[in-house]
Amino acid sequence: MTEKTNLIAGVTGDWEIVIGLEVHAQVTSDAKLFSGAATTFGAEPNTQVSLVDAAMPGMLPVINWKCVEQAVRTGLGLKAQINRYSVFDRKNYFYPDLPQGYQISQYLQPIVGEGEIEIDLEGGAVKTVGIERLHLEQDAGKSLHDQHPDLSFVDLNRSGVALMEIVSRPDMHSAGEAQAYVKKLRAILRYLGTCDGNMEQGSMRADVNVSVRKPGDELGTRCEIKNVNSIRFIGQAIEHEARRQIDVIEDGGKINQETRLFDPKRGETRSMRSKEEAHDYRYFPDPDLLPLTFSAEFVDDIARTLPELPDDKKKRFMDDYGLSAYDAGVLVSEAENADFFELAAKGRDAKATANMVIGSVFAGLNKAGLTIADSPVQAEQVGQLVDLISDQTISSRIAKDVFDLMFDEGSDQGRDPSDIVEEKGLKQVTDTGAIEAAVDAVIAANPDKVEQAKAKPKMAGWFVGQVMQSTGGKANPQAVNQLVLAKLGIEDQ
Amino acid sequence: MTQDSDLTRLTLAQARDGLRAKSFSAQELTRSFIDRVAASDKLNAYILATPELALEAATRSDKRLADGDARPLEGLPIGVKDLFCTSGVRTTACSDILGDFTPTYESKVTENLWQDGALMLGKLNNDEFAMGSSNETSAFGPCINPWQTDDKTPLVPGGSSGGSSAAVAARLGLAATATDTGGSIRQPAALTGTVGLKPTYGRCSRWGIVAFASSLDQAGPIARTVRDSAIMLTSMAGHDARDTTSADISVPDFEAALTGDIRGLRVGVPQEYRVDAMPSEIETLWQQGMDWMRDAGAEIVDVSLPHTKYALPAYYIIAPAEASSNLARYDGVRYGARKPGADIDDMYAQTRGAGFGEEVQRRLLIGTYALSAGYYDAYYLKALQVRRLIAQDFEKAYEKCDVLLTPTTPSAAFALDKAQADPLEMYLNDVFTVTVNLAGLPGISVPAGLDANGLPLGLQLIGKAFGEEELLRAAEVLETAAGFSSEPTEWWNAS
Repeated sequence: MTEKTNLIAGVTGDWEIVIGLEVHAQVTSDAKLFSGAATTFGAEPNTQVSLVDAAMPGMLPVINWKCVEQAVRTGLGLKAQINRYSVFDRKNYFYPDLPQGYQISQYLQPIVGEGEIEIDLEGGAVKTVGIERLHLEQDAGKSLHDQHPDLSFVDLNRSGVALMEIVSRPDMHSAGEAQAYVKKLRAILRYLGTCDGNMEQGSMRADVNVSVRKPGDELGTRCEIKNVNSIRFIGQAIEHEARRQIDVIEDGGKINQETRLFDPKRGETRSMRSKEEAHDYRYFPDPDLLPLTFSAEFVDDIARTLPELPDDKKKRFMDDYGLSAYDAGVLVSEAENADFFELAAKGRDAKATANMVIGSVFAGLNKAGLTIADSPVQAEQVGQLVDLISDQTISSRIAKDVFDLMFDEGSDQGRDPSDIVEEKGLKQVTDTGAIEAAVDAVIAANPDKVEQAKAKPKMAGWFVGQVMQSTGGKANPQAVNQLVLAKLGIEDQ
Repeated sequence: MTQDSDLTRLTLAQARDGLRAKSFSAQELTRSFIDRVAASDKLNAYILATPELALEAATRSDKRLADGDARPLEGLPIGVKDLFCTSGVRTTACSDILGDFTPTYESKVTENLWQDGALMLGKLNNDEFAMGSSNETSAFGPCINPWQTDDKTPLVPGGSSGGSSAAVAARLGLAATATDTGGSIRQPAALTGTVGLKPTYGRCSRWGIVAFASSLDQAGPIARTVRDSAIMLTSMAGHDARDTTSADISVPDFEAALTGDIRGLRVGVPQEYRVDAMPSEIETLWQQGMDWMRDAGAEIVDVSLPHTKYALPAYYIIAPAEASSNLARYDGVRYGARKPGADIDDMYAQTRGAGFGEEVQRRLLIGTYALSAGYYDAYYLKALQVRRLIAQDFEKAYEKCDVLLTPTTPSAAFALDKAQADPLEMYLNDVFTVTVNLAGLPGISVPAGLDANGLPLGLQLIGKAFGEEELLRAAEVLETAAGFSSEPTEWWNAS
């Protein structure tokens, strides 16, 4: 269903964007799809190349069952149909980083069929995006054009690495929906452990199909934007491409089906090749490989080891912990984040813990550019800090200071909160005598304010603030409040 | 002739037994073959001789023989078709495009042979990338058939394994490895009076063999006798995890299957193999073969393989289609010959234009065309359907019989340049052999007689899938009955 807010205005009226995505996700596995060569990122060029990857004469591909298992696991995670009979085809074209002269892929009979993903939109809304298929294929190597004045070099480390191409239905209608789709897909893959989702390292990238139409019209002609490698760029590419297409049509032109490239520096797409220039890939079944078949038990065994996925976890967080949809959504976006929260919240107030995890930990990590694995503050320490607030050892305000000490670089980084509170004498003052003295001092020093407060009871807050200041924030705020009201003779409101 | 050369008259089985009986040493045996190879340049059977490696291996074999530690093929010198990758020894598939390519790895089939004690005399000529039926498309020039007629016209040894057949016929090795995609073992064997065995698809690993058409290629031996072929296959065959299409079944001792007893065997004769313009002497020989089999206690059964006439067209779609993709890796980027070009596309065009011969280019173009958008359904898919029908023909026939008997080729060896002039005529050489590849079955050519000009003719037996034991048993009976003992005159021998 298209929402009105997704329409964009042109001079001839409103337009609807139609978006479908082909996401290439590198399969997490120790070896390549058809060879035993390693797949470690960042290795020296051409150090992870087997005879098969270099397409030496007489070399033959042998399927890596770990990759098959990962594809099935992903299919199950996408609630998709698993095809126990699929076929590897050759996609033929010449390029220096394609040693065989063909890519082994799956064309007519992919390993995974139709499935779906629920994506989370702003304001807590949820939308289902259809998955058309998932197939296994080989990655190509990498051409290096900047190593020599006249020659290009080729690095075959990636040659033959297993990719899953996950094709969505054209169900998305805004850049935001497409971004939410990729985020959700990435989260699912990470939960499953089938792809690390690392877009900077190229282990996940998207081909974005964009067309525009007047609402209710037939689908427009689409353009495919190749190899977009960040969620931000996906948004920019769609926004730019949709606007470009609308302008072309409204100027009386026609959209040509073509492949385009996104230029992140200029924030625009430009033509790569037209439909007429498109390759004839001459797909045919790879005669070196038998059809890929496996038993129902193979699938069942994988299904039994499937982890709790983001949607289920989110629902559980809302039901069991009483969290809001928003908080639960933030917490489950990464499996590691959710685990961190659950560890921190164990046996204590979940809502307070969620606030601390989201408001302090995630905010701090975000600012410092760190991931949860690098957090200087451990989940158990976050829990201790929550405990210190709930047993009134410290106030929420002091807790914030303590957290900063634990988080920021310095001699207190990574220390237990109780040690810091103890050592720095940050314990909340609950001794009424001491608080009373402080209140008396403030009242004595400000007779004019006392008069004002009697007329305007809200002025009590000013006294509370003064007392908190004079006690270095350590006074129990409730106790201070009660004493101020009592001394000023104001009824407790 | 030296006394040593007598050792080359031995069959592989006799040489094996002689070595074990210490009648001669592996070095003596090897040296006599090396000498003969060195005097055989006119045949152009070997494109690379490796005498030093052979003698080193023979020395090691003699040690094992002395220690009583002999393996099944200990010390037996053989030739290797240049399609098999041999570690540290140049491998070119007889194409310029591979240049001086020297693999760092050994094909599974040759590795099996070396592990069983065999040793290599050198690399044998073949049609470029195994594409041809006359060995004339080789970048190293044609291999010449040791057999000649009285007029001394140079004849082809068949192809693509022409070097293998010529070498075995001229006693330049006890046996040779070969490969068969559409008849490339059986046709050259028939044209040279040798035995050529194409095993069931999947019997031998294709790992390390330069690919022509992956779904059809199969390695096998060319040897002087059926027994030698059985011994060779026992070592060559076996499952290989590195070739997904190799069959995970055990390898029997094929030599043990040669009992000489085929009583009750039902020998099918397919009526569709009586093609127009087949020389009457081949027709006669075929009839003779039936009589021999019947005399040995077999029953002759008429069978029908109705889709035979579509086999050749289907083969010449499927094989080139696969080849067009298999040979894409020869692009000048990583190994082999490279010709510079203005840009990368030009470099490809220059390299492949110069590196591939005419016949290979023709088949790459046919194959590329057959797989192109808009033609795929009409050509490639249709050919696959025909292939299925042909396989079903055999299944039906095997309800009535156990093996099939046919001629191997429609003619005896022909003159050089004859087939080259007309590719279609050359393709017709495969008319009796391609069906077997399309169905993935085992087939063997046995020398059965001479034509009017004194040239050898072969008969082919076709078995059931993985029925090599029965096939070899029948072939040995046919061989014995035919009693083929002619030899070519040694016009080529320079010693």
